[in-house]
Amino acid sequence: MSDSKRKTGLIFFPAFDWAISPTHPEREERLLYTQDQVFEEGLLDLDNIVEFKPGLATTQDINRVHICVPDAPSVITQSHLISAGGAITAAEKVMQKEVDNAFAIVRPPGHHAMRVVHGARGFCNINIEAIMVEYIRHKYGPKKIAIVDTDCHHGDGSQDIFWHDPNTLYISVHQDGRTIFPGSGFPDEFGGPNALGYTINMPFPTNTSDEGFLFTLDNLILPILDEFKPDLIINSAGQDNHYGDPITDMSCSAQGYAILNDRLSPDIAVLEGGYSIESALPYTNVGIILAMAGIDYSHVTEPDYNPEAIRQTPRITQQIEQQVSYIYNLWKNRESQRAELIKGGEYLRRDKGIFYDTDGISEHQEETVRICNECGGLITIRSKASTGNNIFAVVIPGQSCPTCREKGEKIFKSTAEGSYNYIYFQDRDRDIFLVK
Amino acid sequence: MIIGIDVGGTHTDAVLLDRFKIKKTAKVITNQENLIKSLMEATEAIFDGEDPGELEKVVLSTTISTNAIVQGKTDRVGMILAAGPGLSPEMLRINEDTHFTSGYVNHRGIRVAGTNRGEVSGIEDTFKKEGINHVGIVGKFSTRNPGLETEIADIIDNSFRHISFGHRMSGNLNFPRRIATTYLNAAIWDTYNAFVKNVMEYVGRTNTTAPIYILKADGGTTGISQSAGYPGGSILSGPAASIMGILSLTNDSKDAVALDIGGTTTDIAIFAGGTPLLEPLGVTIEGHKTLIRGLLTKSIGIGGDSRVRYEDGRLVIGPERDGPAAAFGGPSPTPTDAMIALGLTDIGDRGKALKAVEEIAGVKNCSIEEMAKEMFDLVCRKITSAVNEMLLEINNKPVYTVHEIFEGKKIKPEVVYIVGGPARPMAPYIDKMLGFPSCIPEHAEVANAIGAALARTTTELTLLADTEKGEMTIAEEGIQVRIPDGFTREDAISVCEDKLRERALRMGAREDDLDIEVIEDQVFNMIRGMGYSTGKNIRIKAQVKPGLIAGFRKEASNVRQ
Ligand SMILES: [Zn+2]
Ligand SMILES: [Zn+2]
Repeated sequence: MSDSKRKTGLIFFPAFDWAISPTHPEREERLLYTQDQVFEEGLLDLDNIVEFKPGLATTQDINRVHICVPDAPSVITQSHLISAGGAITAAEKVMQKEVDNAFAIVRPPGHHAMRVVHGARGFCNINIEAIMVEYIRHKYGPKKIAIVDTDCHHGDGSQDIFWHDPNTLYISVHQDGRTIFPGSGFPDEFGGPNALGYTINMPFPTNTSDEGFLFTLDNLILPILDEFKPDLIINSAGQDNHYGDPITDMSCSAQGYAILNDRLSPDIAVLEGGYSIESALPYTNVGIILAMAGIDYSHVTEPDYNPEAIRQTPRITQQIEQQVSYIYNLWKNRESQRAELIKGGEYLRRDKGIFYDTDGISEHQEETVRICNECGGLITIRSKASTGNNIFAVVIPGQSCPTCREKGEKIFKSTAEGSYNYIYFQDRDRDIFLVK
Repeated sequence: MIIGIDVGGTHTDAVLLDRFKIKKTAKVITNQENLIKSLMEATEAIFDGEDPGELEKVVLSTTISTNAIVQGKTDRVGMILAAGPGLSPEMLRINEDTHFTSGYVNHRGIRVAGTNRGEVSGIEDTFKKEGINHVGIVGKFSTRNPGLETEIADIIDNSFRHISFGHRMSGNLNFPRRIATTYLNAAIWDTYNAFVKNVMEYVGRTNTTAPIYILKADGGTTGISQSAGYPGGSILSGPAASIMGILSLTNDSKDAVALDIGGTTTDIAIFAGGTPLLEPLGVTIEGHKTLIRGLLTKSIGIGGDSRVRYEDGRLVIGPERDGPAAAFGGPSPTPTDAMIALGLTDIGDRGKALKAVEEIAGVKNCSIEEMAKEMFDLVCRKITSAVNEMLLEINNKPVYTVHEIFEGKKIKPEVVYIVGGPARPMAPYIDKMLGFPSCIPEHAEVANAIGAALARTTTELTLLADTEKGEMTIAEEGIQVRIPDGFTREDAISVCEDKLRERALRMGAREDDLDIEVIEDQVFNMIRGMGYSTGKNIRIKAQVKPGLIAGFRKEASNVRQ
């Protein structure tokens, strides 16, 4: 490991009085033992680790990213404002150079929350990393940002939000969608026509261990990051790849998480999932904190850690090696693939059926993007949910070109009130959010 | 009658209270080589001719433990640590006699790995070979399960003079602090116990049967013989004495700031509704962060005698002190000289003060008055910005529930109490800068001794009940017992309060003073497998909070009516 100490900000918000339901994995107890371990290790007394109280995200911060139906206050709780606010606080401390990097250990998580929000899915209502990313751009100007999502579940929400954004590289590594929620995240999910290649998905076979993750990091993630040259690297630091996690089938350890974080060296890490609350989270979180702070983490192991017992099979190793080289080639050839995809068209439409497992809502969505060489492209969305809400949204991307903006404004103006329950207009550059 | 004595670094102050009114005060020079002698002198100065039968109690605030640590007059301590996984052992080593042993307790207090007899015996042999008489045994999470520490102690024989156990120091989590606290407790054991013996011998020679109390860093007292078991508690009682003194001299229940402006430093403390705030985990001494309960104070290197100079085009104050103010024959200009030059006070030699200020005025090329104003302004600003910073820190302390984020109480001071030499000239400026009124308590010159005299006995206990394990632990008391399935939060609170009451009475508290408060109260449903509730994890912390003895509060409220 690197032995240079870094100043690390910690935003810790376990929400001890908030749960989706009393017995849900997202319950009060989730970060209890993590807090015990962090406190008992005395991490907050170390010179280069500082704890900050999370700020509160505002409706404006949410509206910069999401189209909440009918509006943001109806789909969130106070706890969401704090967890998104915690991520924003982490970013602020890094951007203001108060710290070298920061880790937001907050809940509830967010990476399954998509652009349009009718309710909660995958324990997420709003996407806390995405809100943080757009907050950073709003306050500090355009930035190239890479999000490396190491949660065991495919971050389909983050993928949806950044699908058309060539300035956000979203890389998700996760358990193969054929064996786990949300069932997506295959290599051919590769980004929209204006941002092809800027969504990267690496599915892992079940029982992949530290070795497979680190191989992927060294041979896929880091080389792509080198070429993308982001201004900021964000780690969606879900910890449900742990061998002890009750709702997944992977074999990573606290050591694996710490080494991964050390090599990735993110500017900001944000906790996502992780439900082995007693035997994994206390150790993975301590490992990640120490790695971020540049402090020896080699002694952080689970009490029952046995690397031999969780080692992946040679067959898994082989599968991962093949997959990594396949995906790296996709990335390399992204330009030529783009030409093939757009074939001189002007708009591209995708239809999506989205199920909100946590709230039991189903949604049908048609998303149309304007093919554009100048920006991420104007987006229009029609979305109909089982709640009865039927909405239309016009989204002007960040750093938009004049044509996309003009067309978007015209569409919003000409869409008649009454034809939908709500009509939304979102303009990131001007930080405008309108509803009619 | 009550005697309060504060043995400070330079002076020993004593006060005799009769029915809570000051009857006599005394100030003698502290004899650092012989603190008992200073104690005797001060006591005799106020108590000669009084009736020993009338004496209810004596409370001492002493620097004996603090000095031992600051001056390095400590004993070698053999430390045995059961650290388990986590931080690197190298970061935990507190001295060259630190040894690590197997055995590990996890966050729930479950023993994951047991001790190794041979290993522990080997460490014991090393200690004996080295001539070490004091041992500290500390396990990670030992507050959750003290069993491992006591098991290690059972392996080593009892030929050591003393063994300090980590789990007895505090119920708070923080392994490195537990190590430091246990180490310090053992390292000053002999020094402190010799002091206790000397005091008791002296008391034996007088005709009093009044109990003797020691003031602790948390502004509370403990009986002297009980304090012998936990010397660590007696460190840093000086600042606590001063804060309790200010509390007794003002005696109200407002949010407030207390400033003690001394020669070299200014100490800041905060009251929340009339109760001084405590350090969240414990005090820091000589770079050791500990779990020793203590009042929250912030000390800045600015005082009446701080050296003032003009450096790199700007005025610099402190943190060093070259001696007294120039007006009192000191070598450098000081804030005190500036106050004299401005006519805010008429102490010392005005000529010398003016001359000293003129020196820096010459460097900056301005008038004496302008320079004096600038110096005075800077001192006041430094102090008030330290106060504001401290308030900001307190009000921005991380909290862990949605409720506290949205509804958490904020400290909003209504008054600033100022004691110390420059209190009078500075008060009108400081209160203007802070934006709330100031108040200079009467008898502030013996505030420390009064604070000691009127402080009540304080203590705290932490209870953890885990109904899945069927076990309850109160580490500070060494309690680890079985509990029934249906054990509830209410049961836990009631046990915790009972044990706290017993502990406080054992320490010498009076029934009237048992102002018990539950300060942490959490219950978590433990869910395992597919949504199956396996038990409750209950966490209760209760304290007798720092405050003044009941009789005084009654008396004071009568006076006010
Ligand atoms: Zn997940
Ligand atoms: Zn465009």
